[in-house]
Order: sequence, then C-alpha cells, then structure tokens
Amino acid sequence: MSGASLTLTGQGAAGVGRTLAWAIVALALISLPQTAFTDGPTVIASADLMLSPILLGGAAILLALGVGPRRLVDLALLAVSVVAAIQLLRAVGTNFSKAESGFWSLVGALWLASWLFVERLSGWDVTSLAAKRAIGILIPALFGVWVLVLWQLLVIGLGVSPVLLPPPSAIGARFASSLPTLWADFQQTFLKAVLIGYAVGCGSAFIVAILVDKVDFLRRGLLPIGNLVSALPIVGVAPIMVMWFGFDWPSKAAVVIIMTFFPMLVNTVAGLASADRMQRDLMTTYAADYWQTLFKLRLPMALPFIFNALKINSTLALIGAIVAEFFGTPIVGMGFRISTEVGRMNVDMVWAEIAVAALAGSVFYGLVTLLERVFTFWHPSVRG
Amino acid sequence: MAREDGANARSVIDIRDLSLTFETNDGPVHALSNIDLNIEEGDFVSFIGPSGCGKTTLLRVIADLEKPTGGHISVNGVSPEEARLARAYGYVFQSAALYPWRTIANNVALPLEIMGLSSEERAERVKRNMELVNLSGFERKYPWQLSGGMQQRASIARALAVEPDLLLMDEPFGALDEIVRDHLNEQLLQLWAKTNKTVVFVTHSIPEAVFLSTKIVVLFPRPGRIYDVIESDLPRDRTLDIRETPEFLKIAHRVRDGLRAGHSYDD
Repeated sequence: MSGASLTLTGQGAAGVGRTLAWAIVALALISLPQTAFTDGPTVIASADLMLSPILLGGAAILLALGVGPRRLVDLALLAVSVVAAIQLLRAVGTNFSKAESGFWSLVGALWLASWLFVERLSGWDVTSLAAKRAIGILIPALFGVWVLVLWQLLVIGLGVSPVLLPPPSAIGARFASSLPTLWADFQQTFLKAVLIGYAVGCGSAFIVAILVDKVDFLRRGLLPIGNLVSALPIVGVAPIMVMWFGFDWPSKAAVVIIMTFFPMLVNTVAGLASADRMQRDLMTTYAADYWQTLFKLRLPMALPFIFNALKINSTLALIGAIVAEFFGTPIVGMGFRISTEVGRMNVDMVWAEIAVAALAGSVFYGLVTLLERVFTFWHPSVRG
Repeated sequence: MAREDGANARSVIDIRDLSLTFETNDGPVHALSNIDLNIEEGDFVSFIGPSGCGKTTLLRVIADLEKPTGGHISVNGVSPEEARLARAYGYVFQSAALYPWRTIANNVALPLEIMGLSSEERAERVKRNMELVNLSGFERKYPWQLSGGMQQRASIARALAVEPDLLLMDEPFGALDEIVRDHLNEQLLQLWAKTNKTVVFVTHSIPEAVFLSTKIVVLFPRPGRIYDVIESDLPRDRTLDIRETPEFLKIAHRVRDGLRAGHSYDD
C-alpha cells in the first residue's frame, strides 16, 4: 500500500493527479504575499489564514512527489482540506464583501485539493464490497459538502445580496429555528396531498389500465381522454380543483391525481402489451385463462414499465402539490410558505422549504427505486 | 414397448387435405396446401424443409396456435382446440422462453400451477423431470444464470412436466452449437425410448432429422406442401455412431434430394 501501489493506477489518472497537486502548490505560494481581505494583512501575516497555504502546499508536494504511504497521504490531504475550509469559512464570516486576491487564491487551492482527493479516492483499489460501497457513497457526499462550502465562501466573499442568494449557513440557521413550521408544512403538503394523491392517482390508473387492456372500446375511448387531461396546464386546473374541493389538502391531492394518472396509465398499458408472442403462445399451449396469463406473465412483464411511471410520478406529485398551493390554501403548506415568504423577502425560508422538498423528493424517489430493485431483480437493467 | 411394424398403432394426428392461407396486405399467402399426414402413437416424426415451407406453421396448426382455413385435422381423435384445452401436448419453442423472474424449478412448475396441481404433486413432477434432463442441482438458479443449452433443457423439462403423450418441438436446438446439439439429440432419443411418447420435431438439419426420426416429412415452399414422406428403417435405439453407417447415409441422401428438388434458385 506504499508508493509502489501508485504505479498500479492508470498513467493518465496519475498524470492528472500530479498536475492538480502542482497547481495547488502554485496557488498556495501565490496567495502568501497577497492581502486576503480589504484593509487586512497579507495571507502570510494573517494569524487566521497562514496555516492553510502551508498545509495545503505541503500535502500537495508529498502527493506530487509520491512520497510516503499512499492512503495515508490521501487522508492527510483530506484533513488539511478540512482545516483550510474551516479557516476560510471563519475568516470570511467577519469580512462580508471584502475578499481580495489572497483569499481567492486560497479558495482556488482548496477547490483543487478537494478535486484531487476525490480523484485519488476513486483510484483506491479496494476489494471488499463494503469498502467499495462506502467509497461509492463518500464521493457524492464529499461533492455535496464542497458545493456548500464553495457556495458559502463565494456568496459572502463576493458580497452577494441575501435576497438573491443567501449563504447556506443562513438557510441552515433558518431551517433549525423553523423546524415546527417546516414539519407542519411537510405534513400538510407531503404526507397528505402528495402521498394520498400519488396513491390514488397511480392506483386508479393501474386499475383503468387493466380495464383498457381488456376492453377494446375503452382503449379507443379512454386513452385519448387521458391524453387530453394530461395536456391540461396545471396552473389552469389547480384553481378549479380549489373551487371544487375546497382550500385544504383534498384539492391539492386532486391536482396530484390528475398529474400522476396519465403517466401510470400509458406505461401500464404499454407494459401489459410487452410480453412477446412466444411467451404468450406458451400460456396458450397450457390452456391458461385470462387471469392466469395476466398474473403469471403479463403483470410481471409490465413491472419495469410500472416502476418507470412510479418514479416519474414521485417527482411530478411533489411539483403538483406545491404549485397547486399557490392558488388558495389554509395558512400551512410548503407551496403556501414559499409564495408568502418570497413576498416578504424571507428568501432563506424559501430555501429552507426548497431543501425540505429536495430531501423529501429524493427519499421518495430512492424508496421507489429500492422497491423496483426488489421486484424487477430479473430485468437486464437491474441485474447488471 | 417399441413396435417395429406399427401396423396396428393408434393414430395420434390425422391430417387430410389441410390448407392454411394468411390474408396479408399483399394478397393471400398460401402457407399450407393439400397436406395429408398420419402420425401414429410412438412415432418420432420430423418436418424438414427450407425456410418458408410451412413446417413451423404445420406444427402450430397441430398445437392450435394457428387455425387452418380448409381441410380436416384431428389430434387424439378430437379437434386441435379440444386437445389443447385437454393439455394433450407439450410444446418446445425455438428459444427456451423461460420467465426470467422465476427460478428454473418454478419455470418447470409453471404449467403445473396453471393446471391447478397440488404443491406436493408439483414438487414431485419438477424433481422427476429435472432429473430426466440432467438439471438436478440447478432448481434455484434463474434462467439468465444458465447456458443456452441448459435453458433449452429446462424448457424441455417444462414441456415434459405436463406429462403429455405428444411432444411438439419447433427447432428446439437450432440456436445451439453442434456439440451441445448432438448431446441433446442423444438425450432426447433416450427420453423418447424411455417414455414411448409421440414426438413431432421441426428442424432444418438433415443429420438431426435422420438421426432422430422414424418418419421424415420433407416439405416444399410456396405453397407449403408435402413432397416426400420417408419411413426410416434404422433401429429404434441409436447412438451417434449410426451417422457413419450406409443405411443412415442412404436416408440422408434421399432427404437431401427432396430438399434440393424443393429449392428453386430462380428467385
């Protein structure tokens, strides 16, 4: 695991790594004699910042020269990146809109260091499945953290107005202090409107798809109507649903039903038709009846299509419920909160709601994908 | 068990003046015309001919997967549809057509589930038929984890599990390589000798047809019709070595002559 294993990685990847390492060293050196913040000392003279270029540069030199045990050096790079990030975040916190070239050089070095670490990490040749999976999770997680750090540094360093884009720290603080409100909104919009609308929309579309498949005149009659309904603009439908079903969540669930119905219908109908002739002939030779053919052949064949629709609908449902709340709602709900807080210039609250929506949407999508893997383990796209 | 003369054997499939015409946009296509054929119990009959000669279509008519447009056909003395509903035959397709979400054992059990057999009866038949095709130990594998030859053997076990007296096979080994095909041909012959089933076998391989069959039906294309019916006088229990004997080569020669006559190189 020492320097020798470095040669095991691809020549090109090692080349990229070395270039990155030297670029970090160069940026760290450049930053030293420059001022970090307006009216402040140079980086080398600043007690808050001087450690960062030295540590980053030192780790990068070790890496560029291939000295020391490989994984230890990689982890040291991560450690000094964390230290540098903390230093930069603390320093910029008291210097809103005052960042100068020394600071930006260090941000550049930090950005390259994080890139370099991920580059190195993806080159680790681990054999155990658990370690592979851990690295598979760690890389996107690190990427997410670096995006947040860069966002924070850029917004404060450049002095971007919080109304245009608040720093993640402000969003996080608002998130933490508004948990009861966010939870109430989440309950109203997600647990009631989205989940109930999704279940009813997908469930009824599934049943209708079975009917459409069995009865030919329904296929010719219902499919075009379904197509027409799916083409209706949500901003036109939502106010009508509010008039029909009132201000509370049922009107939002109705919008979600309208949005999720058609994707599920067409996908299920297509899935039911996807069994090939030989597979169906097989059932004919067994003298299987309609229901046996449906349950033992056509529904399993339709599962990949059905899960496709369920995944599409998991995101459509959330969008539908949030947008529908713009057109009349009791004083709770994610869409209601977004529209009112935007009006009050409380952009950090809007972002907090967006974070909740992103989190809920991702978890929802992830759960559906997990179910898909369980039920369609046999499909070429899943079994790999 | 084996009857050398076959004179008093029961007729399993009786076809008289059968024809089948597909209506297409380019006008009618005569897939089969003037087919007369009698297949008796215990026969191993091969249909051989160039592509488009209707050999698969004829098999599908016997299986009630296509309806004839003229003539008479009876299977086990009744119409093909009644025979199908009585589950009188097992059908093996060109590809294994196993359901990928079922294990091999559950694929073999599929027709048994549809027939409504008890789970003990299903387990017993699955075990017996998987042994018959040498697939014991692969019960819990999924089809995509098996080689093509093993998949096709599983599909034969599935057809046999129905315990039909009649086995219809549509180029079952067409997609397999020569060595695997030889091996499966030998196994199929042993199976046939053991169980005394009637087998109707579609192929376009002359050695395969001559090696397996007691009766070889040579078909012609456009319209699909029977050119020659060759009764094989080879002994019933054969090994692959028989392919080197003069008797084998004589029959193969006659089949080849028939096929050559059916090929028109004008178009």
